[in-house]
Amino acid sequence: MSDNIRIINDATCTFCGCVCDDMNLTVDLDAHKITKAENACVLGRAWFKEHGGNENRPFALIEGREASTEEAIEAAAQILANARFPLIYGLSDTTCEAQRQAVAIADMIGGNIDTTTSVCHGPSGMAFEGVGESTATLGEIRNRADLLVFWGGNPAESHPRLFTRYTVTAKGMYVPNGRKDRTVVLVDVRRSPSAAVADIFVQVKPQRDFEVLWALRALVKGRRVDPGIEQVTGVPLATLEDLAQRMKSCRFGALLFGMGLTMTRGRHFNSGALLALATDLNEYTHFVAKPVRGHGNVTGADNVVSWQTGFPFGVNLGRGYPRFNPGEFTSVDLLGRGEADAALIIAADPAANFPQSAIEHLRRIPVIVLDPKTTHTSKLARVAFTTATYGINVPGTVYRMDDVAISLRPALPSPYPSDEEVLTRIKERVRELLGGNRVPAMSAA
Amino acid sequence: MPETMTPIGGRSSRQGTSLCAGKLEAEYIEVSSTVEMNVEDMARLGLKDGDPVRLRSASGEVDVRCKGRTTKDLPPGLLFIAYGPLSSRLMASDTAGSGMPISKHIAVTVEPVSGQGQEERAS
Repeated sequence: MSDNIRIINDATCTFCGCVCDDMNLTVDLDAHKITKAENACVLGRAWFKEHGGNENRPFALIEGREASTEEAIEAAAQILANARFPLIYGLSDTTCEAQRQAVAIADMIGGNIDTTTSVCHGPSGMAFEGVGESTATLGEIRNRADLLVFWGGNPAESHPRLFTRYTVTAKGMYVPNGRKDRTVVLVDVRRSPSAAVADIFVQVKPQRDFEVLWALRALVKGRRVDPGIEQVTGVPLATLEDLAQRMKSCRFGALLFGMGLTMTRGRHFNSGALLALATDLNEYTHFVAKPVRGHGNVTGADNVVSWQTGFPFGVNLGRGYPRFNPGEFTSVDLLGRGEADAALIIAADPAANFPQSAIEHLRRIPVIVLDPKTTHTSKLARVAFTTATYGINVPGTVYRMDDVAISLRPALPSPYPSDEEVLTRIKERVRELLGGNRVPAMSAA
Repeated sequence: MPETMTPIGGRSSRQGTSLCAGKLEAEYIEVSSTVEMNVEDMARLGLKDGDPVRLRSASGEVDVRCKGRTTKDLPPGLLFIAYGPLSSRLMASDTAGSGMPISKHIAVTVEPVSGQGQEERAS
């Protein structure tokens, strides 16, 4: 390590939705890399180690040939201006400022905009609209919750500091002894590494979360539940009765749920059942529910797309006004049916994560990708931009999983442009090509 | 004889750390092409740690390496596989009007693969 060292205090890790903003980074300015990330978890350490310093990639590729950012902007703008049903997708690993530009492009070209939320907690977003959300910030949970119920997730591996900074072992104003003052429950289909922190592990048969949640709702309301529930769910009635009683008698309870609910049969009904249970419990005590979000700014994507269009994901602007319809305007469906004729992918890798029929359609259409790394999607793209990494190279705003906005404090400069810069320039060039919005605004008449 | 089992796709620590290095790097490829399986199921199928095994759903098939887990950690009939390009090949694109393809609890048949590594099949 050289002597040319800079310390950045209170930097933010954007690997996962915890968005921990207490990173103390040691930056070797000569080596142009982050050599130490104090307070980071194992995922955060890998994030800072592997991002920000690699400057060997070309600025852009057009059909596999090296190109300048300017040439790629022209090529991308031509694709978008000529498309009849363009899809804009991704956005969960970039700043709110870049997300805003992506929505503006979708609006201008009458496109379809969707985020990785649709294959994450999109079903929970649908459930919010159906039954509402009894919510709290992670700070409130840290300071107040004496009962924590983790459901269908494995934060020990996916969000390690959710346990230590905000929930299980964190000491708070009304839980001064931290772990000793809290009861921790894990509900899952397998004994994941997160079970090690739980006082109670409830093992549910696969695809039976809804039945367990509905039985808990009945027990909380004092209704009788048939002991045969054990055959259906794998959970003895006595276990459910005990859990219902604990939920009703705690001072402040929190249900923190993962994709074990949203990615399985039932999807938004599962999330809706859990949200309804939390709301029911407020007849007896204070209870909240929060989805545990994966990507660093997926919550920002929900917020930005919502405040710009009125809906969180799966939004079509083809008629000049926003329409929201999961199953129709969500990316897996739209690509799987072979509908989009161009795609702009920002900070996401659908060619690795989507079903095969959707990936096959991506191979058939012109794809534009913005990403700091080479990905499966950038390899099939007609135009691929290398962009700087948010939080490490790029300032801006992100939203923590509890909708708290956090400003980024970058550590290293980058020769590559930010997503916001590239998207802004694409937007300006598309505007020149189209002479304004493709779909005229509706008249008041 | 192939057996029907239920894979759970999910995140793991190594999947997360290797993701940072890059999805096209060796460690991520290795992590995302390993399936955890109950040790009793493995014994019945004549499998040991590291053996190639074929998972086939209604939408696709992949060959992955298996790794044993005790019944306490992973019940018989369940599989765990880190999210990645291979787990995605098992998903159908029908989302039942939700936008979300079923990514966990997809019924698959499981059978040992002899004489052919996953690298060849995945190429």
